Parts: sequence; structure tokens; C-alpha cells
Amino acid sequence: MSVTEAPPGETQHHEPIRRPRASLTSALRSAEFDLRTLGMVGLLIVIWVGFHIMSGGTFLTPRNLWNLSVQFAPVAIMATGMVLVIVTRNIDLSVGSMMGMVGMAVALLQAEILPNFLGFGHPAIWLIAIGGALVMGGLVGLFQGLIVAYAGVPSFIVTLGGLLVWRGVAWSLSSGRTVAPMDSTFQLLGGGSRGSLGEVGSWIVGVLACLGIVAILLYDRRQRRRYGFRLRPTWAMVTLAVVGSAAVLGAVWVMNSYYLPENVAMQVAQEQGIPWPEGGLKIPMGISYPVLIAIGVMLVMGFVANERRFGRYVYSIGGNPEASELSGINTRWTIAKTFMTMGILVGVAAVVTVARLNAATSGLGTLAELYVIAAAVIGGTSLAGGLGTIPGAVLGALVMQSLQSGMVLMKVDAPLQDIVVGIVLVVAVAVDVVYRKRAAQ
Amino acid sequence: MTDRTPLVEMRDMNVAYGGVHAVENVSIDLYPGEVLALVGGNGAGKSTLIKTLSGAVIPDSGQIYINGERAEITNPRDAKAYGIETIYQTLALAENLDTPGNMFLGRELTTRFGNLDDSAMEDAARKVMKRLNPKFENFKIPVARLSGGQRQAIAIARAVHFNARILIMDEPTAALGPAETEQVANLIRTLKSEGIGIILISHDIHDVFDLADRISVMLQGRLVGTVDKDNVTMDEVLAMIIIGKMPGEVTQSELEELRG
Repeated sequence: MSVTEAPPGETQHHEPIRRPRASLTSALRSAEFDLRTLGMVGLLIVIWVGFHIMSGGTFLTPRNLWNLSVQFAPVAIMATGMVLVIVTRNIDLSVGSMMGMVGMAVALLQAEILPNFLGFGHPAIWLIAIGGALVMGGLVGLFQGLIVAYAGVPSFIVTLGGLLVWRGVAWSLSSGRTVAPMDSTFQLLGGGSRGSLGEVGSWIVGVLACLGIVAILLYDRRQRRRYGFRLRPTWAMVTLAVVGSAAVLGAVWVMNSYYLPENVAMQVAQEQGIPWPEGGLKIPMGISYPVLIAIGVMLVMGFVANERRFGRYVYSIGGNPEASELSGINTRWTIAKTFMTMGILVGVAAVVTVARLNAATSGLGTLAELYVIAAAVIGGTSLAGGLGTIPGAVLGALVMQSLQSGMVLMKVDAPLQDIVVGIVLVVAVAVDVVYRKRAAQ
Repeated sequence: MTDRTPLVEMRDMNVAYGGVHAVENVSIDLYPGEVLALVGGNGAGKSTLIKTLSGAVIPDSGQIYINGERAEITNPRDAKAYGIETIYQTLALAENLDTPGNMFLGRELTTRFGNLDDSAMEDAARKVMKRLNPKFENFKIPVARLSGGQRQAIAIARAVHFNARILIMDEPTAALGPAETEQVANLIRTLKSEGIGIILISHDIHDVFDLADRISVMLQGRLVGTVDKDNVTMDEVLAMIIIGKMPGEVTQSELEELRG
């Protein structure tokens, strides 16, 4: 059985020469580890360690990793939607401009419009603002999706138009002004000094995540046993559970090792009536809300992509649009829905970004489309359609953000940063193309 | 046969593409447990005709009756609701999905929460494939990496699993080797014995004589005629395909010229 599982080219042809490697590969395969994902994780480790050494030990510090995680969130959130769009053989170039427009609308809503009716600081303001962002993003995305799917205008053109139009609207909404400040509860979503779960909350989330990993592994095993399918080897299950849990708890530990700045800690101490100790008070930040939102989005999108009909149809359309149509799938509506999903996620990213900056400018989200597309593509999404995973795109976003953050630490000039990111994108895709060609043979 | 209600009756079907009559006033019928071969040269209109039955093409005029009752087929979902399954020449598989994913495409099994039940689909796929291709094991890899015969088996498995009553096969053996072709032929005989009506489009006149009960011949969008296989020779069918003359009309010298 394990012999038939491995592609014939790898185990049979090269067997005499490359036996150790082939057997490692087939062992990993029989354990159903995804080699691509392992490769991505490896790349990430190389980047992190490389920057850590080159920056003189400032990269792998709680402070840097915490900031990196907050900055990575908006790109990761949007990249999960971009995967679905690209998998259906489309593209969305408008996400940066759309984020600017939605962000500006949300800022105006809570800074200038709603306070007139509800008064400043009303608890409904932040909820209405978030709801407004999601609805607006969804509608704008759907509008573009309907033009792509039903009018047959290529998505490249529709969203290139959107890139110009929505940026123009973002500017017109405020005549180019910067709109600030945001509602104080809304600001927490940006992960500022108060926008985190704190120590205990973070550990609770971490433990729940570990239990979730074990539960999923056990459910998978139960389903296989029920139908008499081949089970994953026990060593693989245990490895997955242990490595997964260690990664989760390690991340929580890092997030909890970054402390509130002294002035904020002092405020907190005052509010809670804790006496300010001599050497200062170390209050852990914990997981920030943007990261929590990004993880939530990743789980929901991963679920939609793998466990729901909609996700299955997205992939089938990418693999063979004609076959999907002949199978009775409403391909046009499915495509329109991918753009709507993308729009909703742009709304989420706009909320997080505006909350973090505590302001909206008409330039908000400029060039974000390129980072989002790059994250999806580095994460293994094929522009030819049909291939790409949500966790891959999130890893891709992490790679992109790590590069950028590392170069900032090393005080690389902005133009050189762009040059490096551009080269990395092309090289990453080139490697991927070669890998896929070899895998297909 | 004629006193039974036909499983399918297509009357006066017309399809035109921009002034060109792809199908012109064609009427055919199909009985339960029968294999009707639909033959003709390239561009004769066979594929277009059967696509009106499978819901992929909407005819300009004409009526379709299923079991004697008027049927409205405007998309592939309608056709499947009537028990019509189609195996296309291009196989119509999503290359990036695995075998169960393709078999159940558009008709996925779900849990009671509406989530895809991949284990149940794999289980069902294993059961059907055990009948069609017992050696097949690669259920979890994308079908792009399977052989032509295996992919054909998946396309047929899809029709079998969903209890097709009417099966349309467009060149089912065109991409297959001799052993695989024989497998498909056996499968057609099995399905036929189960009372399924099969419309078989084929270029291979030997396949046609091997499998079909009746043969309908099309030429340039029109139906030349339908004949019982037992009453005609291969040459006579070739004459129908090439010069559009029925067995009675064709002269000896014309037949010899074809043979020449």
C-alpha cells in the first residue's frame, strides 16, 4: 500500500541510488505530512535565524516577534481570501484601494457621523463601525464579482478599474484629510498597548488550541476506523500532536514574554489599585487582538475551503471550469461569492489597520494588493488556478512580513527593501514552478 | 421493441450556431436495456445532439420525452434529475481533485451540518470502483496523476453510482489501450443487462458492431437513418456515414468504391 501511495517515479526509478532519501520521502508521505508546508516552515526558520544573526541578535526577541505578528495580521487576513480568488483563475488587484475606501468610511462613521446621533464613546459605535466595514467590503467585492462572473469582463480589468476607482473614492470621502481619532474600544482591535489578551487569556487560548489539535487528529482517526481506511501511523499522530502543541505553546510563551511599556503598566497599576513596585511592574502583553482575528479568519477560511461545498467548487472551477459547469455547479455565482468573501476580508483588514493606526488616511492600504498576492503566491497558490491552501498563504504572509521586518531591523533603505522583496517573490515562484514540474512527472 | 415506451424520445431537434445548422430535424429514440450507437463523421452533429439531452446545449426547437413524458432540460442539473448521466469525450474531470471529489462533484455527500463528508464519499467511491476496476487504489491523489483508463473508470463510476437510467457515452474508448477498451466494453454489457439505456458515440465501427443493438447515422447535421445492427453490414453503415444513402438506396458499385 505504501508503495502505491508514492509516485512511481520516486521510489522505483531511483531506488538503488537514492534509497535513504526516497524512504524518508515515502515515510513522510505515508504519515501524510505535506512536504510543501514543511518546506515553507524550513524557509521561515532560515529567514528568522539568518536575520537574527545578521541583526546582531535583535530579530528573535519577544518585542520584535510580537510587533511582527501584529503587522502581519492584515496581510494574512486578506491573503486567505486571495487564495480562493486566484484558485478560480482570477485576481483581485483592488484590495489595497478597497481597504483604503472601507477604512476611510469606517473612520468617518465613528469619528464624525455616529457621534452626532449617539454621542462620543457610545458602546454601539464600535460595533456599528465593524459591521459597516464588513457589509461595505462584502458589497463592493460582490459588485466586482458580479461583473467578472456574469458580464465576463476579465477580473484583471475589473479590479484594475477598482484599484483606481476605490482609491479615488477614499480620497473624495474626506477630501484627502486624515480622519482621527477612533473610538476607544475600536482601537483595541488594532493591538495597541492595551489590545491584547493578557497573560492568562493567552494561556487559555493556547491550551484550547492544543486540545483542538488533539481533537481533530482523533476525529480523523475515528472516521478512518469507521470506514476501514488506512490509519496514519501512530508515530505520525503523536509527532503532529506534540509538535503542533509545542508550536502553539511556544508562540504563547513568546507573546507573554513581551511586556507592557512602563507608562502603560503604570496606568494599569493605578486603575487596578496595585502599588507600583520599586523595580517596575512587568505585565505581559499576550496574544494581540489582530493576531487572534487573523487566526480566527484562517480557521474559518480553511474550514470553508476544505469542508464546505463552496470551497470544493472553488477548487473544481480552478481545475476544470467546463467540467464544473457540466457537473451542475453554478460556476458564475461561485466566482461572484469568492470576490464577495475577498471583500469581507478586506473589511476585516481595514478595521484592524485603522484601529492600529488610530486614524485613516486616503493612502491607507496603498500597494497592499501586491503584498497580499505575493503572500498567496509564495504560499503555493498557482496563478494558473486550482492549487493553493489557506495555511500556505498565511505562512506566505509571515515570510513576507519577516523579510520586511528583518530588513527594517538591519536598517536597510526602503528602496532596497522593495528590490529584495521583488526578487524573493520571483525566485520563490520560480522554485515552485520547478518543484511542481518535477512532482508532476 | 416498438410496442414498448421508449426511455428517451427526441423529436425534431434543431440546433443552429450562427446560421450553421449543427443539428437539423433529428429524431431518435432509445429503449431500456438497449445500446444505440450514434455514428457519423467529424462535424456530423452527434456531440451537439447528445448535449441537448445532457443539458449542456439548449436546442432551438424540438421536444424530448423521457418514459413518454415531456421533459424540460435546460441545464445539466435537469438532465441528472431525469437519471441521464453523460461521459464526455474530454472526461470532464477536475484534474486537481481526487477520485471521490470528482465522482461526487456537484452532488457531494454532507454531514447533517452541511459539511463535506469526505470519508463517506471515499467509502462510496471505493465500493463502486471495486466493481469497475478492482486494482485501483489511489483514491486520495489528484486525478491528473492517473492513467487514461483509470480516469475513464472514474467517469463511468460516477454514472454508475448515481444510478443512471440513461447513459450517454461520447467516445468512451478513444483514449484507451486494448485491454482497457475491453474492460469498458464489458462494463457496457453489464450496464445494459441491468436495463440501462446507453447512447454510444464512437468512431470505431468494430466497437459499434460489437456493442450496439441499433445504429443511428448522422451526416452534416441530419439523420440519415436508424438501422438494426443485425440487418446491415459494415459496408452498408459506412455508406450511410460517407454518402448518406440507406442500405436499400445504395448501389453495388458505390459499395465497391467505398471498399476500394
